[in-house]
Amino acid sequence: MGNNIVLDIAYVDKSFGGLQALSNINLQIEEGKTHAIIGPNGAGKSTLLNVCIGRIAPDRGTVTFNGELITGKQPHEINQAGVVRVFQTPEIFPELTVLENVMIPAFAKRDGSFKFNAFSLLSDETDIVADAEHVLDDMGLLGQSAHVAGSMSRGDKRRLELAMGLVQHPKLLLLDEPTAGMSRADTNATIDTLKRIKERGMTKVIIEHDMHVVFSLADKITVLAQGMIIAEGAPEEIRGNPKVQEAYLGESTDE
Amino acid sequence: MKMFKLSSKDMMLMLVLSAAVLTMPIWLVPFGAGYPDLMQKFAIFGLFAVGFNILFGLTGYLSFGHAAFLGVGSYTAIWSFKLLSMNVLPAVMLGTIVAGLFAVLIGYVSLRRTGIYFSILTLAFAQMCYNLAYSVLTPITNGETGLRVLRDDPRVLDNMFGVVQEGSPVGSLFGVNMQGYPGFYFCAVMLLIGFFISLLIFRSPFGMKLIAIKSNQNRMRYTGFNTRPYLLIAFVISGMYAGLSGTLMAVTDPLAGAERMQWTASGEVVLMTILGGMGTLTGPLFGAVLIKYFENIFSAFNESSLLEIFSFLPEPLQHFVVTIVHPFVGEGWHLTLGALFMIIVIFLPGGLVEGFGRLSKKFKSKPTQKSE
Ligand SMILES: Nc1ncnc2c1ncn2[C@@H]1O[C@H](COP(=O)(O)OP(=O)(O)O)[C@@H](O)[C@H]1O
Ligand SMILES: [Mg+2]
Repeated sequence: MGNNIVLDIAYVDKSFGGLQALSNINLQIEEGKTHAIIGPNGAGKSTLLNVCIGRIAPDRGTVTFNGELITGKQPHEINQAGVVRVFQTPEIFPELTVLENVMIPAFAKRDGSFKFNAFSLLSDETDIVADAEHVLDDMGLLGQSAHVAGSMSRGDKRRLELAMGLVQHPKLLLLDEPTAGMSRADTNATIDTLKRIKERGMTKVIIEHDMHVVFSLADKITVLAQGMIIAEGAPEEIRGNPKVQEAYLGESTDE
Repeated sequence: MKMFKLSSKDMMLMLVLSAAVLTMPIWLVPFGAGYPDLMQKFAIFGLFAVGFNILFGLTGYLSFGHAAFLGVGSYTAIWSFKLLSMNVLPAVMLGTIVAGLFAVLIGYVSLRRTGIYFSILTLAFAQMCYNLAYSVLTPITNGETGLRVLRDDPRVLDNMFGVVQEGSPVGSLFGVNMQGYPGFYFCAVMLLIGFFISLLIFRSPFGMKLIAIKSNQNRMRYTGFNTRPYLLIAFVISGMYAGLSGTLMAVTDPLAGAERMQWTASGEVVLMTILGGMGTLTGPLFGAVLIKYFENIFSAFNESSLLEIFSFLPEPLQHFVVTIVHPFVGEGWHLTLGALFMIIVIFLPGGLVEGFGRLSKKFKSKPTQKSE
C-alpha cells in the first residue's frame, strides 16, 4: 500500500493559560485523502490548524510536512511549501475587489514570497487574471469580480476564502468549517467543488460541523473533544462508535 | 527594458499633468502665484508628497520622520556642490542615493513595529538627526549657521574641466543657472519623472501587493508573502523621493539648515497627503500645491494690510473684524491650515480627490437624468 503520509502531527500540546486546548495530538494525513476533523465547539480544532500553519507555536510536539519540519517556520514559508489554510472567519482583503483578492494568492504562488515587480503592469498579467477568473467561475463568483470584497454577503465571503485557497493549487488544503454560514444550496455547491478537487488528488483536511458534508466527503474521520483525540477511523466506524455518539454526534443531531 | 504600455487613460493623465505643470508660469499668474520661487515650492513639495504617498498611501504605514531624508538630501547636495561641482546632476544623484541609504537603516529598524509604534520610531529617528545636526555633526552641517557654498570650495570636477562661475556660486546645469524659471523647470521635470514612477508603481503587481498589506497584513503572510522586504522597499523609495526633494531645495537655493528636518516638516507632508487624498495617485500633489499656495497667501497678510482690506467697513467694525481675522494670517496661518484640515478630514475623508470625484459625478449625472 503506497499510503504516503503528507502531514505528520506528533505529540502536540498547547495550552492557553490554564486551558488545555490540545493534549498529545498524534495525527497522520495520507496523500490524496480527505481527512475530516470533527468535535464539539471549543474542542481545539481551529487551534490544531493554527499550529499547522505557524499562527500558534505548540508547547510541545512537531508538525512535519512531506518529511520537512514546519513547526517554528514563518507562516509565509509554510504557505510556500504548499500548505494552505482556508479560514473559519473570512480573512479577505475587504478594500480590494473580488478579482484582486484572488489575484494576490495567485501572485504568491507564481512569484514566491518576494518579488519586486514594480515596473511591470497589472494589465499585462493576463495569466494571473485568467487563473483567478477560472477559480472564481468555479465558485460561482465570476459575476462579482469587480465588486469590493468587503461588501459581499457572508456566504459569498466564505466562497471567496475558498477561491483564494484553491487558486494556489496547494499540496495540502486545510479547510476550517468551509460551509458554516452558507445556505443549503451553497453548501451543496461547495461540496461539489470539494469533490471535484478530490478527484484531482489534492490532499485535504476539513473541519466541519455539518455531518451531511462530513459523511459525503471524508475518507477518514478524527474526533476531537476537549483537546484530545477520542476516536479515529472510516466514516462507518465513527458513525457507530458509542463514545462519539455521546461526545458529539448525539448533541449535533439534535440541532 | 521594454516600453511601458500604459492604458490610454493613464497616458492622458500623464499628458494633461505635464502640460499643466509646465505651463504653470502662465496659468498661475491670475492666482498671484506665477513667480518662480513659489512654483519651485509647488514642484518640490509635490514630489515630496507623491513619494510619501507610496509608503503612507499604499502600505498605510504612517512615518513621522520623512523630513530627516529631506535634510539628508539637502546636506548631501551642498557637499556635492562644495567638493565636486556646481553642476546639479551629481548633487541630485548623490542626494537621492544617500537619503536612500539612510532610509534603509531607519526603515529596517522602524518596520519591526507597526501602527503607532512605527510612527514614533520614525519620529524619534528624525528628531535624532535634527539634534545631531546641531551638535555632534556640526563639522558636516555647520550647525545653526547652516551649510552654504563658498567661493573657495575645492570643487574638484569643476576645476578639472575648467568651469568657472561669476559671482557667488549657484547650482547650474551645464551653464544654465538653476534659479528663477530654469530652476522651476528643472524641479518640474523631476516632479513629472517622480510622478510617472509613482504611476507605474500604482499600476504594478508590486503596488497591488502593497495595498493588500495595508488591507490585511496577516492574511498576506498566510498567503505566502514575506511582507517585510515589501515594506522596506516602499519605505526606501519614499525616502529617496524625500531626499530628491531636499536636493532640489539645495539646487534652487544652495543652503541647507537643520530646521528642514524638524518634526513640523515631517508633519506637513502628512497633512499634504491626507488633504489631497491618501492612497490616491494625484491627491498628494494637489494637497502639496494647495498648502504651499495658502501658506504663501495667508502668511503674507499683516495687521496693516488687513486694515486696508477691511477699510470699507465702519471703523469700529473694521477693527473688530481685523482682531478676529488677524490670528489666522501671517505667522498664525497654521491656524487656518488646522481649520482647513479639520474641515476636509470631517467632510471629505478621502481628501480633495474625493471632492473632485463627487463634483464630477454631480455634473455627469445631471444630463443623464434629463435624457431619461
Ligand atoms: N488564541 C487563543 N487564546 C486563548 N484561548 C484560545 C485561543 N484560541 C483558542 N482558544 C481556546 O481554545 C479552545 C479551543 O478553541 P478552538 O480551537 O477555536 O475550538 P474549535 O475550533 O474546535 O471550536 C477554546 O476554549 C478557545 O477559547
Ligand atoms: Mg473553530
